[in-house]
Amino acid sequence: MDYVIEMIDITKEFPGIKANDCVNFKLKKQEIHALLGENGAGKSTLMSVLFGLYQADEGHIRVNGNDVHIRNPNDANDLNIGMVHQHFKLVHNFTVTENIILGSEDTKYGLLTYKEAREKIKELSERYKLRVNPDAKIEDISVGQQQRVEILKMLYRQAEILIFDEPTASLTPQEIEELMKILKGLTKEGKSIVLITHKLNEIREVADRCTILRKGKSISTVEVKGTTNEELAEMMVGRKVVFELEKTKAKPKETVLQVSNLTIKEKEGNKEVVRNVNFKARRGEILCIAGIEGNGQTELIYGLVGMLPIKEGSILLNDKELSTLSIRKRSLSGVSHIPEDRQRHGLVLDFTLENNLILQNYFTSKYHHRGFLKFDTIRDNAEKMIDRFDIRSSRGPVSLARSMSGGNQQKLILGREIDRNNDLLIAVQPTRGLDVGAIEFIHQQLIDQRDQGKAVLLVSLELDEVMNLSDRILVMYEGELVGELDPSKIDEKELGLYMAGSKRGEVS
Amino acid sequence: MKNLWKNTLTLIAKRSNSIQVLSSLLAIVFGLLFGLIVMLIVNPADAFPGFFTILTGPFQAGMRSFGNMFYRATPIIFTGLSVAFAFRTGLFNIGATGQFTIGAFIAVYIGVHWGFLGPFHWAVAIFFALVGGGLWGALPGLLKAFRNVHEVVSSIMLNYVAMYLMILLVRRTVFFGDHARSLAIQDSAELPKWFLGSIFPGSSINIGIFIAILFVAVIHIVLNKTTFGYELQSVGFNKDAAKYAGMNEKRNIVLSMLIAGAIAGAGGATFFLVGGRYLHVNAVLMPQGFTGIAVALLGLSAPIGVLLAGIFYGFLELGGLFLQGFDFTSEIIDIIIAVIIYFSALSLFLQKFVASYIKKVTETDIEISEGADIK
Repeated sequence: MDYVIEMIDITKEFPGIKANDCVNFKLKKQEIHALLGENGAGKSTLMSVLFGLYQADEGHIRVNGNDVHIRNPNDANDLNIGMVHQHFKLVHNFTVTENIILGSEDTKYGLLTYKEAREKIKELSERYKLRVNPDAKIEDISVGQQQRVEILKMLYRQAEILIFDEPTASLTPQEIEELMKILKGLTKEGKSIVLITHKLNEIREVADRCTILRKGKSISTVEVKGTTNEELAEMMVGRKVVFELEKTKAKPKETVLQVSNLTIKEKEGNKEVVRNVNFKARRGEILCIAGIEGNGQTELIYGLVGMLPIKEGSILLNDKELSTLSIRKRSLSGVSHIPEDRQRHGLVLDFTLENNLILQNYFTSKYHHRGFLKFDTIRDNAEKMIDRFDIRSSRGPVSLARSMSGGNQQKLILGREIDRNNDLLIAVQPTRGLDVGAIEFIHQQLIDQRDQGKAVLLVSLELDEVMNLSDRILVMYEGELVGELDPSKIDEKELGLYMAGSKRGEVS
Repeated sequence: MKNLWKNTLTLIAKRSNSIQVLSSLLAIVFGLLFGLIVMLIVNPADAFPGFFTILTGPFQAGMRSFGNMFYRATPIIFTGLSVAFAFRTGLFNIGATGQFTIGAFIAVYIGVHWGFLGPFHWAVAIFFALVGGGLWGALPGLLKAFRNVHEVVSSIMLNYVAMYLMILLVRRTVFFGDHARSLAIQDSAELPKWFLGSIFPGSSINIGIFIAILFVAVIHIVLNKTTFGYELQSVGFNKDAAKYAGMNEKRNIVLSMLIAGAIAGAGGATFFLVGGRYLHVNAVLMPQGFTGIAVALLGLSAPIGVLLAGIFYGFLELGGLFLQGFDFTSEIIDIIIAVIIYFSALSLFLQKFVASYIKKVTETDIEISEGADIK
């Protein structure tokens, strides 16, 4: 059997964790090989070893049957291995052409041969059907197009083996479909592809074989055709997975939050990133704001909680006007907020678990006496919360937040915000980057909050989450709400059309 | 023996801040070794006796030297505490020198002119120095909070403003023209020695060291035990999270700089409320503020750490004085201190080094944090 890549018994250890433990991975020529696993299973580490970003502690790599040492990405380039990272590595104020040639510029008499490069890129983009304008600046093109630039970058360097790290994370359903076509086209042209993902549907659609990693070990390599999604998920997680959330129909009651004519300017500059937004969130429902990243969702929430000033409009919480209040007063008026960036906003990473749990109410008389912190109460609170929300850490209440896993950090924040027992719970991308177990837990908690009569305002980029968790969907596109949808009546495709701005509806 | 070492290291690994402490000690060892190398190059014959003198400085002349060690440490503990406090709240107070200078002038002014205060003379002088230093420190705080001017830039420039202002005011109000310095303060303004004079006979020590220790204790409590300290440190560690939690970041920045300035100002007072010490009208920045940065680094920005590091500094400085008995200049001490600062600045690197060594011996994993946490 001919393999273009063989990674044999790869072990890579980081302080305190074996990211890869005797992992075996073999890539055939012209196949699309999916690398499936939860966050932290070691997929990215394995591919970083292949791409020369890390050195394996043990094991060896063969390319086209020859033993190789890949010490850095330049070595990988020389072996015709290319990688598209999850977060694109592009210079925003450079043109497409400039970005593609960056790092492998051809010169003549010490000057760039820009024209030749541009022609070459045009030729490549036609051959592989990667439509993109070589003269456009990166900041002016869509995320989907930026990804094409990344692919062209690899092809320009004559990569034969292409690694894609979670390529669909920030794409619309339509863009995903397009990408899948591109991937298939690339294999027809003789390329071999590794697709890092945790989305089963994508694997089913394009991959020929799939290697499953779990906790740093390679569990198995299977033919996708002969395996069901349930089997794949079970191998990935190590137990049976519930695909459908257990959720009764929502029984919305009175309005908790009423937002009217809300307009918000971007932080620096004059652009209106949220324009004339109107909506209501009611008790007993999960209202989801869906949309592609960067369409104003972040700013909308910042505006609601007071982290960004609003230009116009009103925010009524139980008939109380919030828009003129400080962050603290809004929070005390009844707003719980699970922030989008848990490490930047949600936690003080160098504080302990117990000190992070009192971040929102350290100033209440429960936790201090004449300005002196009540350490006993703080410890009791931590122990209670650790128990109730299953927050795991190495040293209990005194663990540093920095040392905790992402899932447990998020449980800490979730617990803290739920425990405040406010009428409105805002959860922004609450499951981003978490593994299946933590996701299930957090979804269940959000549903429980809804059933207890809270208004839950969810902002999510994950289509699955939007479709499964929400009771009502508002789609945000370029700062405006462009559709109000009922998740039981639409499918992901239609939602995608709204998200991409090609369809608009009425918002009540 | 090997087992004992292993057990000790395991014990160390279990204490959360011990790695940082070890790395600070390691920085000191490296600094001293580097100093020894320099001494060997400059004057090989006297190097080892000289080095021995540095290490044993205060022990040579008995209690008097010890007294002088504390005396020299006092102003540095103040400025170090000022820098450390600001640092714990996320600010880099490079302006301790200026705040120290302002405090010094106010103390000297009151010391010269306000004789009517009688037994409260020195205490009132310290109080107003503290207020003056605080207001001076609040300036960069206000600029940072409301105009987003980086405190490093504004406070370093204010150092010069403070220096020239001091010269101007000394010339106008308390000038002794014959010697181009300030007038002598009245006896009632000198810091008393209380019983220290009899414990450390012949030394310059005064109750300034007690005031410094009092400040260390108060700052330790404020930072670690109060909601105010919790808030200040939240802002310091992660101002985005502090904002998210509704803390008033601007107010905290101003308060933090105000307190830092007040500490440095009080330091200036304790340094100059001593007989035979005068403000000179040379355009030279006072070095105490900068030494304070070093001491704060070495003391891991913890009040107790600053106290110890400050005393260590006094120890080294005294060693440097004795060193002049050999064919060395006391600048060797400055070189040693500079190297210690370099290694303190590399503390994260040293911590990793220590952690990996301990791990090798004891097979215990250690968390390394970039900052100290509330106890």
